[in-house]
Amino acid sequence: MSELFHRKLERSAIGFVIAIIAAASVGGIVEIAPLFTIDETVEEAPDMRLYTPLELAGRNIYVREGCYACHSQMIRTLRDEVERYGPYSLAVESRYDRPMLWGSKRTGPDLARVGGKYSDFWHVAHLNNPRDVVPESNMPAYRWLARTPLRMDDLPRHLAAQRALGVPYTEEMVENAARDAYGQATPDTDFASGVTERYGEDTTISAFDGVTTQVTEMDALVAYLQVLGRLTDAAYQNTAATEQPPEPED
Amino acid sequence: MLANLTSLERQYALMLAGAVALAGLAMAVVGRSDVLGVHGVIVMVFGGGLAWLVMASFYGPEPTDDRTAAYYDDPIKVGIVLSMAWAVFGMFMGVWVAALLAWPDLAFDAAWSTFGRLRPTHTTGVIFGFGGNALIATSFHVVQRTSRARLAGQLSPWFVLLGFNLFCLLAVSGYLLGVTQSKEYAEAEWYADLWLVIVWVTYFVLYIATIARRKEPHIYVANWYFMAFILVVAILHIVNNLAVPISWGQAKSYTIWPGVQDAMVQWWYGHNAVAFFLTAGFLGMLYYYLPVRAKRPIFSYRLSILSFWGITFFYMWAGSHHLHYTALPHWVQTLGMTFSVMLLVPSWASAGNALLTLNGAWHRVRDDATLRFMMAAAVFYGLSTFEGSFMAIRPVNALSHYTDWTVGHVHAGALGWVALITFGSLYTLVPSLWKRERMYSATLVEVHFWLAIAGTVIYVFAMWNSGIIQGLMWRTYTQEGALAYSFVDSLVAMYPYYIARAFGGLLFLIGAIVGCYNIWMTVRAAPLAALRSDAPVQPAAVPGE
Repeated sequence: MSELFHRKLERSAIGFVIAIIAAASVGGIVEIAPLFTIDETVEEAPDMRLYTPLELAGRNIYVREGCYACHSQMIRTLRDEVERYGPYSLAVESRYDRPMLWGSKRTGPDLARVGGKYSDFWHVAHLNNPRDVVPESNMPAYRWLARTPLRMDDLPRHLAAQRALGVPYTEEMVENAARDAYGQATPDTDFASGVTERYGEDTTISAFDGVTTQVTEMDALVAYLQVLGRLTDAAYQNTAATEQPPEPED
Repeated sequence: MLANLTSLERQYALMLAGAVALAGLAMAVVGRSDVLGVHGVIVMVFGGGLAWLVMASFYGPEPTDDRTAAYYDDPIKVGIVLSMAWAVFGMFMGVWVAALLAWPDLAFDAAWSTFGRLRPTHTTGVIFGFGGNALIATSFHVVQRTSRARLAGQLSPWFVLLGFNLFCLLAVSGYLLGVTQSKEYAEAEWYADLWLVIVWVTYFVLYIATIARRKEPHIYVANWYFMAFILVVAILHIVNNLAVPISWGQAKSYTIWPGVQDAMVQWWYGHNAVAFFLTAGFLGMLYYYLPVRAKRPIFSYRLSILSFWGITFFYMWAGSHHLHYTALPHWVQTLGMTFSVMLLVPSWASAGNALLTLNGAWHRVRDDATLRFMMAAAVFYGLSTFEGSFMAIRPVNALSHYTDWTVGHVHAGALGWVALITFGSLYTLVPSLWKRERMYSATLVEVHFWLAIAGTVIYVFAMWNSGIIQGLMWRTYTQEGALAYSFVDSLVAMYPYYIARAFGGLLFLIGAIVGCYNIWMTVRAAPLAALRSDAPVQPAAVPGE
């Protein structure tokens, strides 16, 4: 009977196409659509701050270099992971992440909470040549980051695109994006104070790569790495973890 | 290449190539302060090169009036060549990135040669370059033979094939230049994605129009799979790649999907790229070339129906098993696990159907390395689908996820199943397409077979070992209740396996190069086959036509 039905179906190209679309659509609709409608999917985190323009630029370097191929940013709800990396990751922590960088492979360790774990100096040395700091490492050397100036003139466009997608950047943040990126990497300038004004007192202002004469891609990437896991305290409040957010060493 | 095109079609071809070159010029101008400009130049050179090729034989002799009395095989031949070229490129990049993990200083002091940029050139090169071209070529072949009708277009098959390769070229060159969305297996940026949509819609229309011309009442099972491959890949590609570019003059875009929803969409895409690109399409190959080579009909029609609809329905639920124990809601993880386990039924139905088809032809499997390629592919398909269902179970995934076990699993499927079925199909297809009696050298097919098997086995065993060791080291506690190993301890334990893996991959690459040589020599030097009838059914003259 069902075989007879199928013999009919496979005589019609259009019928077959419709049947394929129908069969293949169900799973995605059932699994994806509710993620937007069920409120518990993403936790509340009123204290959560936004990526500064410099951190966003650093994130885009992380994206560009394909760091996700070896580093996850998703601590699973397993005891050994929580003890190794810190409280397990919450959905809210990546609510502004486009794309998400949860990763699928750990050739290197998870980075979801690497922010503040090492000094800026350590990160710069490590990115310049990982084997100077961790002799056993098989990570590539990223020396050229420190000699590549960061492109900042298009940062307002980056923030505007994010804003169009629902990230709550203000008009003022968009307008000042390039200045704020410069200011965050050059402490003791007039530009630096604007960053904390707009993004909060907890924002790290630092000469990330140790040089203030030029803002490089190294500045941006280190600024991003240092903010990983520190946009919100939600993970420390909502879980049974005993640890507190670490303080940066410098 | 143009012998089959009329002068009017050659004019269209020239216009199309010119339009592509102009689009490239526009991209180069608008994106002159961005890497988009570099891509504009690449598009311009690509379009210009094609225009030059068309011009070179523009005034060649017109095709004879009875060209519709023959199958349209020119694009298939070019597709096979492109597929093998991408295979060598993609596998070479694979060996390089594998070596980088063992010897990280095997790079240049330049951005383009870091692991993060090279790795997607490997995945895109083999999945889309090698696999995609092989799928386009074989689908064009299978749909014509099983429908006993010529392709429903003269220019569109070329547009699909070359347009797809332009996409691959933009994707791979983009990674080296730092253009990527960092969405796994969907790294190409918005303009390349838009271009692929145009190409893919043309592919779909061409395919359906050809099937509509068929002289057989039923659509053959291989075509079900090719249709599912084309349709579902279109859906996946469009949904996953929805993005907002920061400006029309820049390559960078932001996906519309945030955080956890992006994770779900990404793995719904990622897992079904495996399902519909790397499984459905290649099952289409299996269902045609295996019975043809074995000279046996498919064992069971019912099993074919069961496995086809099982795969089409179940697979789309399975993606969330990539996100076990993450911040994705638990109910979605559970659904993903459940459907992944159920997937074993249709998967083994296909693998079993293929192996049972060989009953009565096992002596051919023994003597004919080409058929053995396909037999081994079916075995690896069965093994890796079992492994996949197993790894999708939450507690198993707790150990395997984030480790090399996943990489081993993917390569059991990609080398053992996808590549082996492709080589088996191409070794069947090449002699028949170029009207040769046989492949140039059966011995070289044999050599390729054993290199491929040895490479796959070494690779997979190395990754099983490293993955399980890694997973166990991460979760081992001392008697005092502290973590026993640092992350670096687990990395140090990986090095021997990384070396073994690079060696396995190297064997597989050498096999592919041997295959290229054999195909080249078949086209150039193998004896011509005695003439057999290989032509579409001619339509009876209809009054008024």
